[in-house]
Amino acid sequence: MVLEIAKPRPVWQIMFSTHHTDVGLLYLITSIAFLFLGGALALAMRAELFLPGSQIIQDSMTFHRFFTVHGTTLIFLFILPFAAAIGNYLVPIMVRYKDMAYPKLNAVAYWMIPVGAALIWLGFADFTWNAYPTYSILRAPGPAADMWIFGLKILGVSSILGAINFIVTILKCKHPDLPLSKVPLFAWSTLIASVMILVAVPTFAAALLMLLTDRLGVSGFFNPAMGGDPIAYQHLFWFTFHPEVYILVLPAIGMMYEIIPRFSRKPLFSSGSGIAAFILLGIVGFASWAHHMYATGMSFTEKTVFMIGTLAAVPGSAMHVFNFFATMWGGRIRFSTPMMWSVGGIALFFAAGSGGVLNTAMPLDFITHDSYWVVGHFHLFVFGTIAFGSIAFLYYIFPFVTGRMYNEKLGQLHFVLAFIGAVIVFFTQHILGLFGMPRRVFDYPPFPEWIAMNQIATVGAMIIGASMIIFLINMIHSSAKGKEANMDDPWGIGGKYYFPHRVKTPHH
Amino acid sequence: MSGHSSWPEWVYIGVVVAILVWVGADSWYIEKLIDHAPEDAEIIKVTGQQWFWSFEHADGTKEVGELHLKKGHPYKFEVQSKDVIHSFNIHDYTVMMDAVPGRINTVWFVPDEAGEFPIQCREYCGLIHYNMRGTLYVEES
Repeated sequence: MVLEIAKPRPVWQIMFSTHHTDVGLLYLITSIAFLFLGGALALAMRAELFLPGSQIIQDSMTFHRFFTVHGTTLIFLFILPFAAAIGNYLVPIMVRYKDMAYPKLNAVAYWMIPVGAALIWLGFADFTWNAYPTYSILRAPGPAADMWIFGLKILGVSSILGAINFIVTILKCKHPDLPLSKVPLFAWSTLIASVMILVAVPTFAAALLMLLTDRLGVSGFFNPAMGGDPIAYQHLFWFTFHPEVYILVLPAIGMMYEIIPRFSRKPLFSSGSGIAAFILLGIVGFASWAHHMYATGMSFTEKTVFMIGTLAAVPGSAMHVFNFFATMWGGRIRFSTPMMWSVGGIALFFAAGSGGVLNTAMPLDFITHDSYWVVGHFHLFVFGTIAFGSIAFLYYIFPFVTGRMYNEKLGQLHFVLAFIGAVIVFFTQHILGLFGMPRRVFDYPPFPEWIAMNQIATVGAMIIGASMIIFLINMIHSSAKGKEANMDDPWGIGGKYYFPHRVKTPHH
Repeated sequence: MSGHSSWPEWVYIGVVVAILVWVGADSWYIEKLIDHAPEDAEIIKVTGQQWFWSFEHADGTKEVGELHLKKGHPYKFEVQSKDVIHSFNIHDYTVMMDAVPGRINTVWFVPDEAGEFPIQCREYCGLIHYNMRGTLYVEES
């Protein structure tokens, strides 16, 4: 057990440990802290947009810095570290190895995150998380922009190191008696996401360097005045960050694969189809990046190619949804908190995916692109699917980490409020986009429809905010004073768990 | 794969693929229809810069922040930018094209209703992006 009740350890022993559950705990706490920080920025932005005119934020530049740091934080400092946290806890146990393959590298990969995070938060850049040139190279104020570039560089190296570690652990250190096809689906999702990181992230690392030298004025890769092309950056960026969508979503789906059969008290419908869908998404995810760029003046042929590539990724996601429902079908389902979050996450995943099919349909993209539709759409993914899966798993792993049980009623209340809030905010934002409101605006003209829908969205966001406060109270209170959990079977549903607290290797 | 029958999954995948093929084919068809501007479309040069739109008609008339067009007549916009990326957008007519420095992008439309319509910027372009707005006036011909 990590935070033993019986034998508490001083915090520095956990901080300087290279043991996989300790590094996992560091990742876990860091990611949850940044979930709250990034979420607070979102609430401030929603409060600002409640009415036209300036409300609580005085100037547009501050607002721009808020949405830039909000996006960067939640992607790189919440979702990615959270997946790494759960991977650290469970992957070595799932492949029956004593630790990660390279424990020191593991700790190094974690400790790069606070450094990158400090650069991003102290800089507080304003050029959106895309950092599109030529704004980012000619007009974005430094040193914030440069600090963002260095911060992302460090976080990119961190995720590459983590990915190498997971790949070696799963492929090389797994127990010889355990064939790859029998490796649990969460470890599979981590494997595929890690391979995708190795292929995708170096491209953005190169783009970041070019952005930096362009900002310094010594090169003109993306500056048309020096013979460059700003659209080249968008290709490099999205070649990394469309696959990144799958890098983020696969571990969350893997977590649901761990939870749903267990709480349905039924074996998984088809592990083979889950693995096939992971591999399919891992490959096809690379064929769709330029669907973010239809409006940059692409030719008809280019748009068609990337539309087909995007549509081709849908069957893989649909197979996962089918697998979940077929597993639940006829099961004796126990709707404990982790199960509620997982099922809610699948519902919103379905909604997000359906919206995605419309986005990629070429003529419709010109209605939705860069409008609030897109904001609603990808938040259904990153919040509705990925954060829901992650929070589900946080409740699930909570008793194994702390030895105590969270408060079930508060956990369910957290889910109900967050689900209602998510539907109110993100569905409304879709419609707001159809009414033409652009994203990334500090202020908007007083069209009655825009005001009404912004107010609905703000109310929804505040509901999510309230649910997250309940969550925070539950986590802090339960880890200190909660009931002791029955560590063999915290929910009384039977079956075999992967027990991080039973890890035999001594802490080192 | 475990021992149970997998035909429901194949039927389901078949339905999903059929829907995707339909969406893809239909959007391919519509996009092909609107890909090329009509021959008689009047060319209007649109220039975005921080933080306003300016327009130049075929006869050399220039307008800033306002655009006056005639109902029922096809227009082809040549969109360009003087500084950073903007996105020229008349939402009511689904006119949407990025203004990229160093490039000229084209988009066309036929206003079929008289009235006033907002013009806005849809790509983040800095300090006053939120207020980079203009108005399209469509007049009866």
